Amino acid sequence: MENPVLKIDHLTVRYGKTCEYCRNGGELDKNTCPHCKTVWACNDVDVSLYEGEILGIVGESGSGKSTLMKSLYFDFDITAGEGYLKNFEDGKSDIFAQSLQQKKYIKNHIMGMVYQNPMLGLRMDYSSAGNIAEKLIAAGHRSYDGMNERVAELLDAVEILQSRKKEPPKNFSGGMQQRVQISKALANNPAILLLDEVTTGLDLSVQAKVLELIRKIRQEFHISIMLVSHDLAVIRMLADRTIVMLDGKIIEQGLTDQILDDPQMPYTQQLVHSLL
Amino acid sequence: MIDERHYNFAFLDEGSKREIRRSILKAVAIPGYQVPFGSRELPIGRGWGTGGIQITLSIIGKEDVLKVIDQGSDESVNAVNIKKLVEECTGVEITTDSEKASVIQSRHRIPEIPMRNDQILVLQVPTPEPLRIVEPREAVTKQMHAEAEYSGMWLSLFEDLTQYGEISISSEYPVMVENRYVMNPSPIPRYDNQKLNDSETLYLFGAGREKKIYAIPPHTEVVSMCFDDVPFRTENFEGKHCRLCGAAGVYLDEIIDEKTGEKVYECSDTGFCRGRRERIS
Repeated sequence: MENPVLKIDHLTVRYGKTCEYCRNGGELDKNTCPHCKTVWACNDVDVSLYEGEILGIVGESGSGKSTLMKSLYFDFDITAGEGYLKNFEDGKSDIFAQSLQQKKYIKNHIMGMVYQNPMLGLRMDYSSAGNIAEKLIAAGHRSYDGMNERVAELLDAVEILQSRKKEPPKNFSGGMQQRVQISKALANNPAILLLDEVTTGLDLSVQAKVLELIRKIRQEFHISIMLVSHDLAVIRMLADRTIVMLDGKIIEQGLTDQILDDPQMPYTQQLVHSLL
Repeated sequence: MIDERHYNFAFLDEGSKREIRRSILKAVAIPGYQVPFGSRELPIGRGWGTGGIQITLSIIGKEDVLKVIDQGSDESVNAVNIKKLVEECTGVEITTDSEKASVIQSRHRIPEIPMRNDQILVLQVPTPEPLRIVEPREAVTKQMHAEAEYSGMWLSLFEDLTQYGEISISSEYPVMVENRYVMNPSPIPRYDNQKLNDSETLYLFGAGREKKIYAIPPHTEVVSMCFDDVPFRTENFEGKHCRLCGAAGVYLDEIIDEKTGEKVYECSDTGFCRGRRERIS
């Protein structure tokens, strides 16, 4: 099998001081230690993402999906684990052990992130053009015209009218805000796009547009995508492979059709059947 | 001069002056970096130039000659009061001639006559933090400076160009010092920004209310922030001249003539204008 573009080994994110019991692998109450109340938000997670694929991550609220994504984007400090990117020092250096500057380089050149809440990913008082340009500026671009050309390309790609580029995202609908976020994330042609519940809270017709856009982006930009969702219909529509998370751990993974049509774990069965 | 038994030379006690001078030295050693200092109480309200006054009082000696200007004027209320205070507590000579002064304290302007390496220019600063317009939290702006994270500042310039077609900052135009720190040059007009680069003189900036001192030592690289394809522009006075001394190519104040209602121009630097008129007459 080809080398993954992203490989995460033993990723652990916990909140709390821990105790002898939970440190030695004692049974947790969901993801919380019954003795010291330490929350193990991500617990020894291994993930590989391959070139051009869409990897779906499903699970209930609090299962660790968003923590995993935000850790990958360095929004959280991890407790333990290693990560390797094919596009960063030939996949030989642990990305979590890098300096702040190197992490910024990775965020600005190799990854793009779209948050569930657009308030986290956009500056609501700046123009849409400014929001997209922020990512270009962070990557070192200093040509105003060059940045404007790129902004125009990206707005076209996400089907937002050029005439609205001066408007701030706070004037936009939820779906348009997500599209601005997506164009911002794509600004520097990242190798990996992280999408955290991008369609949650959008009505069905807007959801369909955003999902179609993601499909188009994958085809046009040949990008690898990690897609978190608790909506199995979204996962079925887009994901090649799927990971199922529960209580901070991966409990099942495989091809999406296999996971959704023939789930092996009781939780996955419950998840799939509750939808059907 | 006031009674020396009651007030120390230059008002501040020697310990305070020493501490402020140490902060100045640190500021000179790290051009553009804002050094915190223990801002003292003065018989002038905060916001009236107390940062500049504390620097002036800490560096001034008996042989110094002081000039104080406020928005280019030697005679404004602020300038006159500061001159009175320093004169009374030091007895130093006060001048309006930029060439004669060894220390010049200023607000909003840098004198027209190029400054020399035996002079010091002290600038009063209301808001020393250039990143305040993009980030309100002091702890965060400190971290941004530490990491040289100036994307927000660049974004603010980009946004200006997008919304207005030009950068709308008229004064306090941010500069990059030695390709490291973004610095607020105090509320001087854009026209004066170019005088900061590779200058012969030492520039000291004091913010009394915000308790910060920073500096640009002689021959420091100071570049006004701008995009590669949108060059930095100063105010344009082409075709205009001072109605009093006839000077062109200097920073001019726009005035409406009371009698004719027409726009006329006068030198912003009143000392420079007076000197020209005296020489002409």
